[in-house]
Amino acid sequence: MSALDTGRSGDTQPAGVALAGDYWRPEGRPDPLGEKGRSGIGAPLSRVDGADKVTGGARFAGEFRFDGMLYAALVCSTIANGRIVGIDTRDAESLDGVALVMTHQNAPRLNTPPVFLRAPNGAAGDDHPIMQTDRVHWNGQPVALVLAETQEQADAAAESIRVDYAAEPAMTDFAIAKTQARQPDNVLGGPAEIRVGDADSALAAAAYRVDATYTTPRHNHNAIEPHALTLAWVNEAEGEGETLRIHDASQCVDLAVASLAEVFGIDISRIHITSPFVGGGFGGKTLWQHQILAAAAAKLAGRPVRLALSREGVYRLVGGRACTEQRVALGADDRGRLQALIHSGVAAMTRHNNLPEPFFQATKCLYAADHIRLSIDVADMHMLANTFMRAPGESVGTFALESALDELADQLGMDPLELRARNEPERDPTSGLAFSSRQLLEAARAGAERFGWSERSATPAGRHDGEWQIGMGCATATYPYMRMPGAAASITLTPDGATVGIAAHEMGMGTATVQTQVAAARLGLPVEKIAFRYGDSRLAGSVLAGGSQQTAAIGGAVIAAQRALVAELLSLVDEHSPLSGLSPDEIECRDEGIGAIGDGSRFESYRQILASAGRSELSAEANAAESQELGNWSMHSFGTIFCEAGVSAVTGEVRVRRLLGSFDCGRILNAKTAASQFRGGMIMGLGMALMEETLFDARSGRVMNPSLADYHVPVQMDVPEIEVMWTDIPDPHTPMGSHGVGEIGITGVGAAVANAVYNACGKRVRDLPITLDRLL
Amino acid sequence: MRAFDYHQAADGTQAIEQAVRCQQAEYLGGGTNLVDLMRETVERPRTLIDVTRLSRDITDTDGGGLIIGAAATNAALAGDARVRRRYPLLARAILSGASAQIRNMATVGGNLLQRTRCAYFYDTATRCNKREPGAGCDALEGFHRYHAIFGTSSSCIATHPSDMAVALVALDARVHLRGPAGDRQLAITELHREPGERPDLETELQPEELIVAVEVPPLAMAVHSQYRKVRDRASYAFALVSVASMVELDGDIIADTRLALGGVGTKPWRAWQAEAALRGQPATAATLAAAVDAELAAARPLPGNTFKVELARRLMIAELSQRLSDARNGGDA
Repeated sequence: MSALDTGRSGDTQPAGVALAGDYWRPEGRPDPLGEKGRSGIGAPLSRVDGADKVTGGARFAGEFRFDGMLYAALVCSTIANGRIVGIDTRDAESLDGVALVMTHQNAPRLNTPPVFLRAPNGAAGDDHPIMQTDRVHWNGQPVALVLAETQEQADAAAESIRVDYAAEPAMTDFAIAKTQARQPDNVLGGPAEIRVGDADSALAAAAYRVDATYTTPRHNHNAIEPHALTLAWVNEAEGEGETLRIHDASQCVDLAVASLAEVFGIDISRIHITSPFVGGGFGGKTLWQHQILAAAAAKLAGRPVRLALSREGVYRLVGGRACTEQRVALGADDRGRLQALIHSGVAAMTRHNNLPEPFFQATKCLYAADHIRLSIDVADMHMLANTFMRAPGESVGTFALESALDELADQLGMDPLELRARNEPERDPTSGLAFSSRQLLEAARAGAERFGWSERSATPAGRHDGEWQIGMGCATATYPYMRMPGAAASITLTPDGATVGIAAHEMGMGTATVQTQVAAARLGLPVEKIAFRYGDSRLAGSVLAGGSQQTAAIGGAVIAAQRALVAELLSLVDEHSPLSGLSPDEIECRDEGIGAIGDGSRFESYRQILASAGRSELSAEANAAESQELGNWSMHSFGTIFCEAGVSAVTGEVRVRRLLGSFDCGRILNAKTAASQFRGGMIMGLGMALMEETLFDARSGRVMNPSLADYHVPVQMDVPEIEVMWTDIPDPHTPMGSHGVGEIGITGVGAAVANAVYNACGKRVRDLPITLDRLL
Repeated sequence: MRAFDYHQAADGTQAIEQAVRCQQAEYLGGGTNLVDLMRETVERPRTLIDVTRLSRDITDTDGGGLIIGAAATNAALAGDARVRRRYPLLARAILSGASAQIRNMATVGGNLLQRTRCAYFYDTATRCNKREPGAGCDALEGFHRYHAIFGTSSSCIATHPSDMAVALVALDARVHLRGPAGDRQLAITELHREPGERPDLETELQPEELIVAVEVPPLAMAVHSQYRKVRDRASYAFALVSVASMVELDGDIIADTRLALGGVGTKPWRAWQAEAALRGQPATAATLAAAVDAELAAARPLPGNTFKVELARRLMIAELSQRLSDARNGGDA
């Protein structure tokens, strides 16, 4: 049984698909693939790489080999700020198998990498020099690297290295750092403060008020595959100099190439990164020091290198989600209409990166309030640079906002869903733009019905099951639609099918599967005749697997490439062809060829066109259209999360009994992979709600739980039955009518759980995670 | 991890001979804790002596107790029908710990001798008196949510992490030891030491002495014993507080009881004070409250684990109440 057996296009031939037009314009034509009933779109196609993954056939970055390869191990600092005054590497150098010990004293000169969101080619987490000086900037910074013939030899040598430091005062206590917080230049390229009207006066005058502080802790990335790479400096061709060939676990192969080119002062054509399989990214698989150090050490040793971070290594080298302290203040009239909405606060950051944890993102678009004030300050700390982690901003921001909404509903004696409905905005409350598609109320209504929301006790502590107090809570989920610039795609037709190539990424989300499905529908080919190529920096375009934007970015690029391909095909046909004289906009792809829209007699198969022209293949490549839609509309996904939780009256233990997510993310392209993304996000949200917390020692700036034994994520027994459902209403202004689904699942869950806990036992927990001691 | 020599011992006597002969030798059971500690360079033995070929038999004693070979796996012990029937709390305690994979590897002897999971003990970049006597303790003013409230000292507040040991302590098990000087037995309640000034000395074992078996005596009321563990997630987490309990009623009088706690002690914590306050007293809520208070009077919590006092109080009362209720209803749990 092939992985394609489920959801294959089947016996019915797909209807013809006209070329997508200017979906990004206000009067533009929607992508026909967004239309209901399109064969193949939405089908629960099983993963095209599933069999390879479960049989070990899929090779991950740390499983590639080069002849003569050495293994790397790192030594990380144990102070948060100061200088290295001595490194004793003699024992390490004397050990069997050790080929190189690299420190700041012998590392090759490297340029500082460009930082993500600060430079257009930036993929790096921070702008610290990498093993170039004696300075230490965070507790866990790599200070030495060992290369040896085996991993065990490298590890033993690394452990034998002794480093002496001159420690200097370090800001490692958020409680102190937040008192010196500053306003950052920008938040994700936008302002750090947004004002509509006069929220403070409106709050003071409001009949009903909630004004509370919510805190969320640090979180670390824990992808199932720890970061790893295998690389070599190779001579690809005579006289061309060396090429840095990297097998990496990456969600940004092109950006990484651009950044590494700057670090090593070489042309981008001299770096080639592939990343065919990635065991989870979540925002953490960008460029951190380990890739640069491995490449530098390989250069110095003159041999290929494999560097696989230990789980602890990921905690020391790869940033995570910053802690936040957020104030949400709501002022409402007696009918629950918001007059004032304030969401402000502070997040930990460093002077060397540019990601103020953007917790107010969701608040920008969710509710109609007469007066709004949003602001984010940052507290500079001596710590590893924080970074993107699944729904940065929205995940922790919705915890605060949606908890406050619940508190207000409680004060008003109003159903929390009703309160939200009464504040549903007609236009984006901060940008003033119309929404491209907003079906939040429909998602909430359908979810409530399915969940049995009407069973909720209106007063807290109203339901019991033995020692367990049972409650229900809900919260709004939201995440923006994005389509970043830089995407391009190539399509190569042969008599046997089509190959679509794009420098995009498959990190377990289902990209390869869904894009195979979409390309098949778009080109009128069965999925078996589509090869989707990705995860290679030498493929067309530059697509970041982040911001839940990859599906749309690839979609936009393939739309452009399809148009270019059809133009090429039409240029090949002669005057005797039934297609002669047709323009691309009169064409639809159908039945493994192209034909005139609405005229079954005018058709030629791809095979016929290629054969007539004497061609064995035909390629076209094009850049995606500019994402003008983002300037024309406020574009977001929405959803409502419903939670039923039990709280033990004896121990304070919380057990989530049921979880349901009802989402509005445009057209769903694959019911199976989308459901998996929603569920995975919700499980991560469950972890955030109940247990995830990086233990950052405020005295030393050291992470004290860098392991999956001590950093708790949900285990099987913590995860209840999770239902997911969706509106499936296409957004007329996006490729395929779809939105990304990778991140929205985690949003809203923290508050839905907290609100269910309140409904269960009457205790309001405003600090995550909701551990039992907060409920005793 | 540094390189080490490895020997497999055919039996306890040979293991001891090998240990005496080698420098810096350690006995290796399932390796589920020792190997972790070696990876973290907390433990740096020159030699490992594999003792998994010692007896793994679980045999009946004349009086209806059991003798468990030190090399029996945790999984085998928890799955033994006699254990499940006679000492259900022991099976439940074991099954509430670790993961199936770890329980398949871990041995009974090794489980008793596992070391604390204090984060500062594990991280050689921090100070720890258990790892390096006299170095200081970073847990006292650091993260100590998982740390002990009983049996602590100014040198160490680390918790003994075993669930199984809590059940065995409640059952008055005895450990059979073999050493260079011969065989002896020790009450399991006497096996582990409180840290005092020397948290590095964790047990009463003499150098090269080896646990060869654990004997569980017959105990009628254990048939209705229970173990309840409270933690930060539903599985694969150490106890915040756990309670092993059993009672025997004589009319309305508590004729006998056993109560032990996990997650709160520097050693597996037998609640002697509470037991004394329960025995011979009427089975009332007031008796339970007074007994639990008597035990908790010795608690010395820190800011990060103060909640354990209240959690332990609630859990002990809830568990004892349930045991009494079960006993009144004919003993069916």
